[in-house]
Amino acid sequence: MMQDPKNGKINFVSMKTATVLSVLLFVIAIGASAFRKDETPVKELTLSMINKDSVESVKAFETVYKVLMSSRCMNCHPAGDIPLQGDDSHLHAMAPKRGVEGKGVYAMKCSNCHQETNTPGLHTPPGNPEWHLPPAAMKMVFQGKSAHELAKQLVDKKQNGNKDIKKLIEHADDGLVLAGWNPGEGRTLPPVSHAEFKKAWLTWINKGAYAPKK
Amino acid sequence: MAKITLNINKKEYPLEADPQMPLLWAIRDLAGLKGTKYGCGVAQCGACVVHLDGEAVRSCVTKVSRAVGKQVVTIEGLSETNSHPVQKAWQEIDVPQCGYCHSGQIMSAVVLLREKPNPTDQDIDDAMAGNICRCGTYLRIRAAIHLAADEQKKAAPQG
Repeated sequence: MMQDPKNGKINFVSMKTATVLSVLLFVIAIGASAFRKDETPVKELTLSMINKDSVESVKAFETVYKVLMSSRCMNCHPAGDIPLQGDDSHLHAMAPKRGVEGKGVYAMKCSNCHQETNTPGLHTPPGNPEWHLPPAAMKMVFQGKSAHELAKQLVDKKQNGNKDIKKLIEHADDGLVLAGWNPGEGRTLPPVSHAEFKKAWLTWINKGAYAPKK
Repeated sequence: MAKITLNINKKEYPLEADPQMPLLWAIRDLAGLKGTKYGCGVAQCGACVVHLDGEAVRSCVTKVSRAVGKQVVTIEGLSETNSHPVQKAWQEIDVPQCGYCHSGQIMSAVVLLREKPNPTDQDIDDAMAGNICRCGTYLRIRAAIHLAADEQKKAAPQG
């Protein structure tokens, strides 16, 4: 609405135009919102509704399970308090004990023999700066576990070393995990490469970390 | 080869050695301390045990570079007059037969008694299982460790 400065009358043409424009804008806005596509859904929705795939997750865990139950991984996740040794996963010679922190006891601590790197020579002690078993308070046993039991255990913070999903994902590149693929002379490697293992590990987790039925 | 200084039995030893050399060779051949023995060379028998910052490491697989800046103690450094309670107990019980493994046995027993002053038979087995004795003196070793524990207790200041 405008006042004509010459005759002082209100200019109704301008008011009409303004009204029509407002209504038009309103209609366009309503129409546009009806076709709106949200590009950034809630994160949780992304994980729980879109990415989850129990079939793909369980299939990926087949590879994960094969690796974790291979001697390179399982030997340091024994059912008892003595680590396992060799490709046949026999009890470690000298029967070193786990100890409270998983680093051995008294004169039989892991790092007394296991150096920061592999010792040269056939079947000599393999090495890593962090060489240890899981601690006594959380033994994280692999030996004897079915695929179902192990998958459940791996995502249970009370049994997996208090790891959330982010930490589980990072664990694929943990120094001791990687050491499995550098086992020293005379020891077989895990059944797939670390890259293949990591891919399966991430797929299993990102697709929902489903446990196989058995 | 590199110039390396090792602290062995509280004495500085300037040595020229490959940093990858087993500590055992530096102790025996370069520092001239022959009490520590070579047994298997692959950390399986315990004859070569010395203390590295108080831990009973196997010097045959421990690289010289790991010992730099740390305190190495060999059987010669345990006491000047063989008067350490464990050495005295070993003499009292007359533990050794051939004696070859016993510097390693004693060094391991000392760590056990430091960490567990009153060890049970099971503690002794857990601590000493990595020290092999081809003469089979295990029962005397166990008795000597119990005796040393008693001696340590008597010698400790009463609180």
